[in-house]
Amino acid sequence: MSAVPLIEVRSITKYYGSVIALKDISMICYAGEVMCLLGDNGAGKSTLIKMLSGMHKPDAGKILLDGEEVVFQSPRSALNRGIATVYQDLATVPLMSITRNFFMGREPVRGWGPFQRFDIAASDKIAQREMLNIGIDVRDPGQAVGTLSGGERQCLAIARAIYFGAKVLILDEPTSALGVHQAAVVLRYVMEAKARGLAVIFISHNVHHAYPVGDRFTILNRGRSEGTFEKAEITREQVMLMMAGGRELEQLTAELDGAQGGEHIK
Amino acid sequence: MAERDLPVARDADERVREVRLLVKILSRPELGALAGTILIFLFFGIVAGDSGMFSMKGIMIFLEVSAQLGILAVFVSLLMIAGEFDLSVGSMIGFAGVAIAIPMQQFGWPLWAAITLAFGLAVVVGYINGLIVVRTKLPSFIVTLAALFILRGLTLGITRLMTGRTQVSGLRPLFEDDWLAPLFAGDVFQSLFLWLASVDAIRTRTDGLPLAPGVPVSVIWWLVLSALATWLLLRTKFGNWIFATGGDVLAARNAGVPVERVKILLFIGTACGATLFAAIQVLDAGSADTQRGLLKEFEAIIAVVVGGTLLTGGYGSAVGAALGALIFGTVQMGIFFTGVNTDWFKVFVGTMVLVAVLFNNFIRRRMTEAR
Repeated sequence: MSAVPLIEVRSITKYYGSVIALKDISMICYAGEVMCLLGDNGAGKSTLIKMLSGMHKPDAGKILLDGEEVVFQSPRSALNRGIATVYQDLATVPLMSITRNFFMGREPVRGWGPFQRFDIAASDKIAQREMLNIGIDVRDPGQAVGTLSGGERQCLAIARAIYFGAKVLILDEPTSALGVHQAAVVLRYVMEAKARGLAVIFISHNVHHAYPVGDRFTILNRGRSEGTFEKAEITREQVMLMMAGGRELEQLTAELDGAQGGEHIK
Repeated sequence: MAERDLPVARDADERVREVRLLVKILSRPELGALAGTILIFLFFGIVAGDSGMFSMKGIMIFLEVSAQLGILAVFVSLLMIAGEFDLSVGSMIGFAGVAIAIPMQQFGWPLWAAITLAFGLAVVVGYINGLIVVRTKLPSFIVTLAALFILRGLTLGITRLMTGRTQVSGLRPLFEDDWLAPLFAGDVFQSLFLWLASVDAIRTRTDGLPLAPGVPVSVIWWLVLSALATWLLLRTKFGNWIFATGGDVLAARNAGVPVERVKILLFIGTACGATLFAAIQVLDAGSADTQRGLLKEFEAIIAVVVGGTLLTGGYGSAVGAALGALIFGTVQMGIFFTGVNTDWFKVFVGTMVLVAVLFNNFIRRRMTEAR
């Protein structure tokens, strides 16, 4: 593990009008590591990744890539610096072919000037090969992505990010819409990305999906960080308790116990 | 029983996909339009075979009608594949027409300058339409509906202000010998047609000249533009961006596709297509009229939809739009040739649109459901 984290977020703060979406969040992720960002709905996970992927700019704090401060003007500029974000449902276009999706926005061209053309034959081969590498055998890379399963679509989006040289892979709830089997397919591929030396930021509210693949866990709750923990330091149950609801559940348990205690006194 | 079936189902499911040929053919967007075209030609071949519809002259008549709509439809199809509508193209035809005619008639501009002005205005109109749509995220349907009225009103107002009338006529002497005019009006392959007439292969007038003087130049525009648009869609980077923008604008943006630029460029495209249409009409008729292009926006949408493009975008074809225009023009002229009351044409058009949309929906379901 190198000394300089591949990506670092330092005391980042974001306001939406009068709402404090994120307050003083810090987080680091090294190459070849899966960093899980956990939290319940509304905890600020999406806000954080929107800043990392260049969609929003932070109101305070900074983002460091390879130890160097970066400011992203657009998703494209984050992409060009090697930060690829795969969104839950917004990664692929169902009506387009696998090849067209794979190269969407970064089509290889042949020819010159106005006669430049999208090199479909070469693209088909690459797309088919890359899909096979992740264990999805597509006979026809010209078939619509809509014919793939949800897990396969997520894998395609991840494979695409890796193929185009992403150094940091941000996965926004990649498994939350998937069934158990499909989620396992995606999780296995997350491990593969990690093995290839990518820094993976895995956003989830599902501890059962995040815990097995994660190396470290940053837990967000109502816009604030509950801290970052190594896997060795924390159990699955503790993670769950720390996410929003955990404390509330404790409180609820205590109240119920208290009520029962009261009855005993009577 | 379910338990016994499970392993089998699983084996079939795992990673092995059969792509059936029929499914592949069915997933071509222009299939319906192609079938429709064949049907239409069979039908009129039988009922109007001896009416002169399929003489060289008849063919040129319905091709010219189809070509004019087709030129418009090709541009509209690209925009609709990118998920947007342009209801202002009809008004743009009228607007561009007087933008060509007034400077020539009132200020003595040469043809090239007038046409350049019209295309310049088209770029501005398309840019404004596109900019409003991408900035406000309002439906393009409503934004261009506003443009439909504004442009038509401007056309009427300006024309009446400058000429005192709603028509600008008598232009023919102004461009008769112009070098640019043959690009937009007249016929090509005239010598070929003369030769065909001389060997009695096609019908001639009493003076021995062919009844059809040649192929209208608009037909050439139509064919060339359809081919170019098809190449653009299927074989270029920009084409992929068009499909991506219409298919899922957020996914496209996330993947780095400049969706706003794509949309604005395509709005400029439809306005320029309307201007080309206007230039052809003005030079063909020798006049401009403020009411030109009325309802053309809907005819273009019909041609595009009949051509297999989804109303929701992301899927479609320029060849399909060209075929849609061919069906439209052929039926319009075919009804005239068969002597059926032309009132029935609109009933046919409406029915055709309904059938086409239902068919397109069926195709989309086939495309997107996991098999």
